Amino acid sequence: MSLNIARRRRPAAGYAAIAGGLVVVGTLYAGLSGGSAASASAPSQASTAVAHGKSLFETSCSSCHGLDAQGTSQAPSLVGAGAAAVDFQMSTGRMPAKEYGAENERKPTHFTQQQIYDIAAYVASLGGGPAIPDAQQVSTKGADTALGQQLFSTNCAQCHGFAGAGGALTYGKSAPSLNVATPRQIYEAMLTGPEAMPVFGDGTITPSEKRDIIALITQTRDEANPGGLSAGRTGPVTEGLVIWLGGLGFLVLIAMWLTAKRKDHAKAEPEQQS
Amino acid sequence: MSDDAVKIPPAVSGVGGWLDDRFHGARGVRVLMRKVFPDHWSFMLGEIALWSFVILLLTGTYLAFFFVPSMQDVVYHGSYTKFDGLTMSQAYESTLRISFDIRGGLLVRQIHHWAADLFMVAIFAHMLRVFFTGAYRKPREINWLIGVVLITLGMLEGLFGYSLPDDQLSGADLRITEAAFQGIPVLGTYISYFLFGGAYPGTSIVPRMYIIHVLLIPGLILALVAAHLFMMFHQKHTQMPMKGNTEKNVVGQPFWPYFLLKGQAWFFFIFGALAVLATFVQINPIWLYGPYSPLNISSASQPDWYMGFLEGAMRAMPAWEINFLGHTLTLSVLIPFLLPLGLIMTGMALWPFFEQWATGDKSFHHVNDRPRNAPVRTGVGVGAVCFYGILWAEGSNDVIADHFQVPLYTITWIARFAIIIVPIGAYFVTKRICLALQRKDAAIVAHGYESGIIRQMPDGEFVEIHTPASEEELAVLNAKVVPPALPAPGSSRGSDGNGVPAPGSRGLMGWARGVANRAFQETVEAEDGHGGDGHAEIGHGANGHGANGHEVDGGDHAAVGSGSSSGSGSGSGSEGSAHD
Repeated sequence: MSLNIARRRRPAAGYAAIAGGLVVVGTLYAGLSGGSAASASAPSQASTAVAHGKSLFETSCSSCHGLDAQGTSQAPSLVGAGAAAVDFQMSTGRMPAKEYGAENERKPTHFTQQQIYDIAAYVASLGGGPAIPDAQQVSTKGADTALGQQLFSTNCAQCHGFAGAGGALTYGKSAPSLNVATPRQIYEAMLTGPEAMPVFGDGTITPSEKRDIIALITQTRDEANPGGLSAGRTGPVTEGLVIWLGGLGFLVLIAMWLTAKRKDHAKAEPEQQS
Repeated sequence: MSDDAVKIPPAVSGVGGWLDDRFHGARGVRVLMRKVFPDHWSFMLGEIALWSFVILLLTGTYLAFFFVPSMQDVVYHGSYTKFDGLTMSQAYESTLRISFDIRGGLLVRQIHHWAADLFMVAIFAHMLRVFFTGAYRKPREINWLIGVVLITLGMLEGLFGYSLPDDQLSGADLRITEAAFQGIPVLGTYISYFLFGGAYPGTSIVPRMYIIHVLLIPGLILALVAAHLFMMFHQKHTQMPMKGNTEKNVVGQPFWPYFLLKGQAWFFFIFGALAVLATFVQINPIWLYGPYSPLNISSASQPDWYMGFLEGAMRAMPAWEINFLGHTLTLSVLIPFLLPLGLIMTGMALWPFFEQWATGDKSFHHVNDRPRNAPVRTGVGVGAVCFYGILWAEGSNDVIADHFQVPLYTITWIARFAIIIVPIGAYFVTKRICLALQRKDAAIVAHGYESGIIRQMPDGEFVEIHTPASEEELAVLNAKVVPPALPAPGSSRGSDGNGVPAPGSRGLMGWARGVANRAFQETVEAEDGHGGDGHAEIGHGANGHGANGHEVDGGDHAAVGSGSSSGSGSGSGSEGSAHD
């Protein structure tokens, strides 16, 4: 499933490269123009992306984040949030949010990848924030999964679980399962720290270490389960359930069968108690 | 009881005869072969534990060929390439090797772990059977105590077993174990340092746990299981109340040939079930957990199921820490460590003696109670099961929160209140249900079953025909034994007629004993009015008792009823001398 997704997303890598370029150009443009009228030197493609993104933003996002993404009492300012945050939140379907709740759940997105890039370009044009990583940055080729295991165990497992199956947090929040997240989304999550997640900036976990972690996650979720069906990869709770309901339940049925009385059987014999 | 019921094949009798000429063992063997085993499914639960233990010894031996109990660091270069180049302990490395490189290693490891889980499941199920049927009563209290020790040893054995591979999950359990020891006032830090051979985690704990796990505790369990079985053999089985089962006999199948074959079949079924489980369902995938580092922790870190109630107590406990006379008392660890164990394990050990004290019942019991016929015991048992169950569920609060989308702290707060309210409520509800079931039994004894046939009488009256209960059913229904009343202070029974209370009912203890005794005595009286003319007088005539020959049934029932009650009353007295 996840492999299919990875394969399906492969063409998106091309878009990612383009969008990355757009973001860089857009950011430069925004910095250089200094809020004044667009300079003639800015690439027209970028300015159309930003303009398109802005109009999408106004229809889909501004009711909570404000018309100029300045934030409202209901949602934070997106100035400085960066393109990576927009791409993570929108490509995982978390934004636009379904409701005000402790946690925005992953759900199918109704935006095309190009629309998300346009909105990302617009938000990036407001200034600052991490850019969307390109295919090279999230590639797991030649990554060190042993180091990834150590990093994952130290930094990720306490919320996402030892095998990335997800876990509960306080006050209704939860750490999602990592089984469907794409490598780019994992990278963006580390970079931007969505929801309750801390930011693992490049100073904390270097880009190369991020690729090691992504390699560990993707390899772990794709590997077969030696020794039979996995019990959800959530530890011994399901194992206890299996042994009580399956193990004992089955054996009690057998015990009833073994001790069942047969009509034609020799009559039970009493033994004197003394 | 004729001996020719046992047919011995010539091959066996030839060799047996040769041996008997030299060792004179035939008499003992005959006794063994004639040994009777009651045929009731619930009597097979303890045997699951026995056979699981045999399987644990066999598979454990195989694992011991390959497991290296050492915390020496090595760099992994095995066939699980994801960890290539990872530094880990030899214990973890050898467990990975058993799982991926040793032929049959993973299967045997999984059988071993499933068998350990099943061992504890069977022990608990067996214990619940013995408790709820009152099979622990005199003369079997010592065997009950051995059982309580076996449960404790089984828990420790499991704890040390799943801590051996030195993976991330078992390390978390070990850390909690250390905290539990350190929580003991004054001595805690010393005990922890002695156990770990220095600061946590050190390098000694895995070899130490290993020798405890493969030699010390299995040896103790083996010895106690032998004692458990020998006592059971010597004191003979209890049996459920049934027609023909009395305090003076044991009804069932003889060991040879029936129970020997059933026992064999049972062993193969259990081994087969465990092998199928180990083949198709993964257990303890230590390669997913990764090697242990004291710095790390994973969400969904749970112990194996039998330690879950202690984990739950730890999770439910508020973070209290006080300073008492210069010593830090970590109540947030001390209370969850001691309270559930104290209430459940100590309570279990003391219960038979408490029941004797409260009921004043010093007679022998070889016929078990039906749970409904001992409402207080059943109520307390269900309360204890609820107490245990809530702690157990709270132990997996994060998994429950994640899977059922309930806020984590909500579960914890529910558990904190439920742990007190639910067991008490369960006691009263269960007691009421037991009494209601007794009432139903009494009604069946008195009136039989509704047959669904409506008959019109010549005078136009409609009556339903009742079918009397069969002799077998009546033997079960009439098996109730109510404990004798103790002299209670203030009651007419308790005083000697001059207002002087009976000895033993004075003081606070006497009052408590009186309260407990009255609770134990609460019962449903048998419905009377079985004499043919009695019915009309009490006004039961309308439901057709006169019409369907109830007089005969009633008379029959009276005979059975008095027979069983005298059997338990005077019979137990004579048995006291017969036993021993």
